[in-house]
Amino acid sequence: MRELRAEWTKLRTLPSTFWLLLAAVALTVTVSAAAAAIVSCPSAGCRYDAPKIGLSGVQAGQAIVVILAVLSAGGEYGTGMIRTTLTAMPRRTAVLAAKATLLTALTSAAGTAAVLGSVLAARLILPGNGFVPAHGYPTLSLADGPTLRAAAGSVVYLALIALLGLGVATAVRDSATAIGLVFGLLYVLSVLPYLVTDPYWGRFLWRISPMNAGLAVQSTAHLSSLPVGPWAGLCVLAAWAGAGLLTGGLLFRLRDA
Amino acid sequence: MTFAYGWRSLARLSRAEWTKFRTVRGWVLGMAVAVLVTVGLGLFSASGSHSSCGGPSDVCPAVPLGPGGEAVDDKFFFVHRTLDGDGSITVRVTSLTGRIRLPDATPGVRRVVPGVEPWAKAGVMIKDGTRQGAAYAALMVTGRHGVRMQHDFVHDTAGGRSGVSQAAPRWLRLTRAGDELTGYESADGTRWAKVGTARPAGLPAAVQVGLFAACPGDLTVRQADLGGAVAALRFAEATAAFDHVAVRGGTSGGSWRDDDIGAEREPGGAIHHPGGATRAGGVFTVTGNGDIAPRTDGQMVEKTLSGLLAGLIVVIVVAVVFVTAEYRRGLIRTTLLAGPRRGRTLTAKAVVIAAVTFAAGVAAAGVTVPLGAHILRANGDYLLPVGPLTDLRVVAGTAALLAVTAVLALALGTVFRRSAVAITGAIALVVLPRILATTSVLPVDASRWLLRVTPAAGFALQQSVPAYPQVTAFYSPQAGYYPLAPWAGFAVSCGYAVLALALAALVLRRRDA
Repeated sequence: MRELRAEWTKLRTLPSTFWLLLAAVALTVTVSAAAAAIVSCPSAGCRYDAPKIGLSGVQAGQAIVVILAVLSAGGEYGTGMIRTTLTAMPRRTAVLAAKATLLTALTSAAGTAAVLGSVLAARLILPGNGFVPAHGYPTLSLADGPTLRAAAGSVVYLALIALLGLGVATAVRDSATAIGLVFGLLYVLSVLPYLVTDPYWGRFLWRISPMNAGLAVQSTAHLSSLPVGPWAGLCVLAAWAGAGLLTGGLLFRLRDA
Repeated sequence: MTFAYGWRSLARLSRAEWTKFRTVRGWVLGMAVAVLVTVGLGLFSASGSHSSCGGPSDVCPAVPLGPGGEAVDDKFFFVHRTLDGDGSITVRVTSLTGRIRLPDATPGVRRVVPGVEPWAKAGVMIKDGTRQGAAYAALMVTGRHGVRMQHDFVHDTAGGRSGVSQAAPRWLRLTRAGDELTGYESADGTRWAKVGTARPAGLPAAVQVGLFAACPGDLTVRQADLGGAVAALRFAEATAAFDHVAVRGGTSGGSWRDDDIGAEREPGGAIHHPGGATRAGGVFTVTGNGDIAPRTDGQMVEKTLSGLLAGLIVVIVVAVVFVTAEYRRGLIRTTLLAGPRRGRTLTAKAVVIAAVTFAAGVAAAGVTVPLGAHILRANGDYLLPVGPLTDLRVVAGTAALLAVTAVLALALGTVFRRSAVAITGAIALVVLPRILATTSVLPVDASRWLLRVTPAAGFALQQSVPAYPQVTAFYSPQAGYYPLAPWAGFAVSCGYAVLALALAALVLRRRDA
């Protein structure tokens, strides 16, 4: 508990925390709104997945969440603060757990705001671009089961991304390297499936890519063609985050700071 | 302070920066990693690409090459006779109609409707024999692009905009004088307007002259479930009616012969989608399908450089840390003490990081392109052939793109002094637009804009096969076609790098370190 309070004080008193959370919300909503404004459905049968378009800002907003997560651990290594932290709180697992708990709470809060803003923006913009009931698109609403799953899943997705970032940053102890690594894991792995023409390899790579698999939770249409189901995809991301945290945690315990 | 002194000073500072770079193990290691991931991912994606042509022997038919060495489609119906030396052919086209196969409404049931493709073409042609890929020049009416004169597959000249119908027929005339062919069009057969001239490569004295019809497939594009788009070409054919056919010149002892150039045979021996021609009372009716155009169906050699995205991220991290680490460790104060002209010191840093990343890029692309191409061919993929200069541009362009991105990242690092922000900024500017443009659900137009206005425009340097406006294909960024010409795209990237560097020099000079 002591660790949680200490970490909260540290995170709360850093001005960058507030700005990063704000930026994450703003970027997510802006990109979602832009995507909704760009895509149009002039006639029936345009095969777009409306909730997924409305939530596509998550793909950009997650970058800010990664920064926040990486800095919460990597920043301490950059300034040498980590030595003070570990002197005051020698139980390292508890320190990492406190960081993870706080990050999860903060990104879930910011993620909820971002997702609600995105859905609202898409709800207002999409009907103007032909996403109307006549073309097979009822107005976006969280009362709709799959849409609610997509929205709630996106919040969980952002929280898991934060945990992955924290784990990697703890493992490599350097913000720059950690950010490069996490962005590589997310963005580069996400394009790999499109670069191989072999369908078996393509689907396999899609399934293990944290971003593709994790964002499967946003899909509400053509579910049968997805290489991995919505919740199973989120589990793939959870496995990545768990592996990252475990590696980070083990190295954190075993290594000198 | 002389100019020469300035150069010597820059050289001295660059040497100092080079010493810094090569003595930090992490940075050198980072460059090695950038090379390795680019090569590794490239070769991995190449070996994950297989294709086969089916059939018992699984041998792909040879793809004809045009006079310029490019892969071409050369499939049309040709009604022709021999022309010796100079001469001309004149015809009147009275109609151009066609049939198009639409996507099946009920699976398995063909839905063919009347209609003319925009690039359905019929007219007169002079060709070096009937071999696929042989040099030619042709004057034609098209479905929706008016009269065109085309030669040797890649060249296209527009004539009058009007179409052709019973009420408004169109006269076409193609003349040969030595190596030069000239095309004329006319609405009435008396007043002629020149469309263009052509010099097909190595035309012999005896050529084939005649009437032809061809029609590229019907292109449909639909949204793919996992992002991107799926394009499909379906069968389409064109039928043209000609009369007032007159050939002048040495046509001794020849009569009209019909040839279905490039016809593909089914396993049973019958021709798949045959063309045809009839002659009755001076009226020639010619039906053909296929296209006479550079081929777009095949892999491009730059496909093997897909690992560059990962390499770029590593390069961005190293370039940013190359300057932010100085701020973190306080080394920047020593650096600026040794080189108090801050703009020059920043330039030295930019020179070093650009040179190092360019060298790394040449190493990475120089290995990946030939090796990846070899793997793709071994896997049965058809690689569209390009000249050695294009290959060189792809390799050097990849290296240049890495260097420009590194300079941009360095400048952002100087402006922000925080690695996290600078790295994210550089990745968001260079890597993200490219990923969004090629794999997301963004519509093609939005993707094209992203690749026009962001520093990711420089990826255009990698495009080895140009897009031809006169050839029906889905020229999307996803398929490897960029909206800007290679050097124009690179200029956009360079512009961003120069702007960022200028901004960095300004804040570096204004600010305390």
